[in-house]
Formats: sequence, structure tokens, C-alpha cells
Amino acid sequence: MNHPPANAPSEALTITREGAVMRLRLKGAWLLREEGLPTVEWVHREVAQGTPPGKLSFDLTGVTGYDTALITFLLGCHDMCQTLKMQFDLDSLTDGPRKLLCLATSVPEAADVRPHMDRAPLFARIGNEALAAAGEAREIFKFLGEVAVATWRLFRGRARFRWSDVWLEVQQCGFDALPIVSLISFLVGLILAYVGSITLRQYGGLIFIANLVGLAMVREMGAMMTGVIMSGRTGAAFAAQLGTMKVSEEIAALQTLGLSPVEFLVLPRMIALFLMFPLLTLYADFIGICGGLVVALSMDLTYNQFVNQLMTAVDLTNFSVGIIKSFAFGLIVAVMGCLRGMQCGNSSAAVGQAATRAVVSGITVMIVADALFAVIFNTLQM
Amino acid sequence: MNEAINPPPPHISVRDLTMAYGSYVVMRNLTFDIKHREIFVIMGGSGCGKSTLLRHLIGLLKPAAGTVYYDGEDFTDAEEEKKRLMLRKFGVMYQGGALWSSLTLAENVALPLEEFTDLPAATVKEIVSLKLALVGLRGFEEFYPAEISGGMCKRASLARAMALDPDILFFDEPSAGLDPVSARRLDELILQLRDSLGTTVVVVTHELASIFAIADRAIFLDVAQRTMGGLGDPREMRLNSPNENLRFFLNRGIKGTNLPLDAATGAPLAPAEHPAPGAGA
Repeated sequence: MNHPPANAPSEALTITREGAVMRLRLKGAWLLREEGLPTVEWVHREVAQGTPPGKLSFDLTGVTGYDTALITFLLGCHDMCQTLKMQFDLDSLTDGPRKLLCLATSVPEAADVRPHMDRAPLFARIGNEALAAAGEAREIFKFLGEVAVATWRLFRGRARFRWSDVWLEVQQCGFDALPIVSLISFLVGLILAYVGSITLRQYGGLIFIANLVGLAMVREMGAMMTGVIMSGRTGAAFAAQLGTMKVSEEIAALQTLGLSPVEFLVLPRMIALFLMFPLLTLYADFIGICGGLVVALSMDLTYNQFVNQLMTAVDLTNFSVGIIKSFAFGLIVAVMGCLRGMQCGNSSAAVGQAATRAVVSGITVMIVADALFAVIFNTLQM
Repeated sequence: MNEAINPPPPHISVRDLTMAYGSYVVMRNLTFDIKHREIFVIMGGSGCGKSTLLRHLIGLLKPAAGTVYYDGEDFTDAEEEKKRLMLRKFGVMYQGGALWSSLTLAENVALPLEEFTDLPAATVKEIVSLKLALVGLRGFEEFYPAEISGGMCKRASLARAMALDPDILFFDEPSAGLDPVSARRLDELILQLRDSLGTTVVVVTHELASIFAIADRAIFLDVAQRTMGGLGDPREMRLNSPNENLRFFLNRGIKGTNLPLDAATGAPLAPAEHPAPGAGA
């Protein structure tokens, strides 16, 4: 009984039944670029009609050209036969398609290769997340411990690293960062002054722009903006550098040499940032105040008025607050950047992830530290 | 006489080593010895844990169970300082070279010398030039790893591994990515190192030609059974091993063991290279 499948405008596939055998005659070009080629669904539908056949056989003599399109179709039929326990007549295929199909089906599908992704019950998931967070905290403390040991060895003069690496980082983290620190600090100072002037103008206290910008920059924004910029710029760079070294086994090569990667790689970066952050913060304070000065001058204050007011508002204690914070922020950026780099997975995607995590954790820990400092300095009446 | 009563301990002894990532066991109960001046190959299919075993031997990973001994001394649980002294005797050539990318070739080779010896800078420079010349890289001292080819990186990495004239050299897939001529040169270099300097060599590889050319003894890591599948001379194991996976591996995936062999390397020929029937064995 000859019946072309429903919705089959093409002659590419004709299905006939001869007793228990269903014969598929394929004609024409079975190429990927052809549109409207029959799919396995059509065969499925035919098989579903009436009693299922015992055997699926093929006639490929009319096929003028084929590529993956034919093989995919045949593979689909093969899988269907396996599911429905039908016999797949391999010998009815022509040479080329038969060999390719044999190759594709020679290795049985690996079972259980993917880990099971069943959704665990809610409590189990909460528990797993808590355990993961605890493990993460343990990793951070372990790293901090190694850093502490390395720092102790540094003070005893026994740490093994290259001073040339320190100076290279000093240039890259310090000098090379000046342009972006200048731009952002200037704009932050500008913005603070503008925002402050809105309210101060109402009370006739525009002169207090100097107080506002001076105190805000020197106590908080200088250190914080430098920290955020450097976290994005340098923290991510450290994570990417160390992550790439991890992927290419350079860190393993250091370890087999008996060198501690923390001493050799992390210490130079920490020293560099420890030295550079306070300097960058001072510079950011200065540039930020200049930004405020520009706004003040544009609002008919004089230079002398601004500077005199500034000098009364900002004293050494306020400066020290900012500088002390900057030392801490520098260490935080270095440690978080290097930590994420050392935790990096084994692919290029993982290096990108490590860089992202370095920035996010760096900024988060800095803000937390800032809050702590606020409490401490408040208690000390600084 | 003394040696007969107390034979010197093997260079490396592994007892009941079990390697695991978390709860997933890679290999269990590995027990073998590596003798002094021996070329020992660790072989197995892809993903069986060869490189993992190497990392356990050089102390990069801690075993889930079992111990590694060097000259009879416990390496796995040794103190930091003791371990550092033992590490000084290793040279490791990693799969991709693992040269430090921010250092020149000369600085790469010099670093072990600077860390472990008190030699003056001029002497270090001479030794570095010698080591690089030995691997055919004379003149490339000031190049960075990114500026040279992959094969040259591997050779530089070998120079670095040899910097301290180590007692043991570890090679992780040394001929991966090398053309056949370079791979053969590397085999010859390994044999030379053992013959001239008495270095013990441990090689992780799955290149049959190399295995048959250089191995004194080999261990086969059976990924199906997740333990050692064979230990001994690979030429014998190819014919006589009771482990079918091992024979299959050493016969290049062809069933049956009476295969024609390559006259030059002694390795079994692939089917395409078999002589035509009737042309003689």
C-alpha cells in the first residue's frame, strides 16, 4: 500500500508497508541546505498508525546527494527503532551512509556522565548553601593565614620574592593609575560641591562648600573612590594574572621548586599597593578639592575665601583618618585580587569569573571595613 | 656484602596510594617501586589519572590514602623544610612547558639556581647558557615564552627542569604536540640523560613509540578498574599480560598480539602500515 505521509509535498520520502516490514524510499538531494526535508516525526506518525512494523528497511538508490541531513535522519530512525524495539535493517543502506551510521552508533551512549541535577528539597539546599559558605570562609581564612605567615617572613627578611616585581607593580598600580584617579576624583569633588551647594545656597552658606568637599574627600571619598577604582583596575588584573598562571601550571611549577606562591606572587603585589594607595589617596584628595574649588569659583567665591575656609575645616586628624583607611584598602584590594586568582578554575571562562569576583569581593570588603573604621574613629573621637 | 644484607632502598616507593577528588576515587591501591637510574613510564588511556599520579609523586596533591617514599624517607608527611630539600632533587617538565610568562628564558632557567644555590650571578649566567644550549636554544636567552613556539617552550622547560642537575626528572606528556622527529630527539635525550648522568626518569605518556623506545619498566593505570592494570617491561606485557585492556592498549587498540612491529621503534604498526599479505613478516 503506497501512501505518502501527510504534509509531504516532496517526493523525498515515500513509506510503504510490506507485511511486517516498513520500507522507506528516499529520493533526491538530502542536503542541509535543502528546505522541507522529511523528518523522523513523519516516520513516527506512520509507525503509530496501525500495528507497529517489526522491521524498518531503506531504499537509498534514488538519493542523488547527501550529507549530515541524511545521516541525522537515519540516526533518528535508528534511535526510534531501539525505543520501539523494531529491527533496523542496516544492510539495506548504501555503503557510505551505512559506514557513517555504524561509526555514530559504535560507542554506546555514556550513561550517568552528567551529574544528577534533581532539585533537592529546600532544607537540603539551604544546608548545602550554608556548607558552601562555610567552606568559602575557611578558604579565605586559610589564605589570610598564608599571607600573614608570608608577611612575618618578610619582616624577618626571609621571604623569597623578587624586588623587581615590586617595582614593576609600583609603576603599574601607582603611576599608571594617575590619569583615571585624577579624572574620577576631580569629578567626585565637582559633584559633591554642586550637590552641597543646592542646600547651602538656601541658608546663605555657600562658603561651607569648602568644608563639605574638604571633609568628605579627605575622610571618606578620597580613600573610597581610590579603592573602588583600584579594585576594578588592579584587583581584577591581579586575579586575571594569577588565574592565568594557575591555568597554565606556572603556579604548580613554583610549588615544585619549593617556592611559596604566596611569597613569590602575592607579597610583591601587596607591598606595591601598600605603598601606592596612601599616595594615590593623597593625590585623589587634592584633585577632588580642586574640583570643589572650580565649583566654588563658578559660584562667585574667591580662591582665598575657599582656601582659608578649607584650612579651618580640615585638620591633620581628618587627613589621618583617610590615610589610615587607605593603607587598609590597599591591602584589601591586593589580598582579594590575589585570592580570587589563586582560586581560579581551569578554563579561560574561569579567569574572567575570577576577575569579576575579585572586583566584587574587593569592593564589598572595603565597604565593610569602612563601616568598621567609622565605628572605631567615632569611638576614638577622631 | 653490606649491600646484600641491606640493599639500598628504591629511589621512589609508592605504597597503597589512593587518589581522589573529594569523594570521587580516581585510582586506588597503587603500589610500585622505581629504581635508581631507571626510566619508568606511567601509561594509560586518556583521563585515567596519569598526570594526577605524577602530581602526587611531586607533592602537588595530597593522597587520600597511602604514602610516597624517596630513598626510603617519607615524602608525603614530611616537614616543610625536609620537603623543600627533597624537592631540590626533582626536575619537572610540565605538559605545556609552564614557563613563567613574565620572565625571559634565561630568567626562567636561572630561578631554580638562584633559589637553591649561592652561586654568583656570573656563574649562574654560564650555567643557564649551557642548559639552553643543551636543548638547542642557544641565542634565545632574552626571549619571552610568548615570543617562541610551543616546541621551543617545551625545550626551555626541559632546560629549566635540568638546571639543578636533579636526581629525578619527571616528564608530563613530553611529546604532546611535537612532530615525530622532535619526539624521537626527545626520546634520545632522555636516554642520554639516564646513561650519562645516571638520572632516574619518570615519564607520563601514552605515545607507544616512546614507551617502547625508552621504558625500562612501566605501570599501566586501568581506567575501567581504577587501579593498576600491569607493572613491568612493556615489551613483555604487550604479549603476556593477563590484563586484556593493557594488551589492547599496547597493541594500539588492535585485538591479537602477533602484530607486525616497526623495525625502527619496535612499536606495533597501525593497520594502514601493515605490509601487504604475502610480502613477508
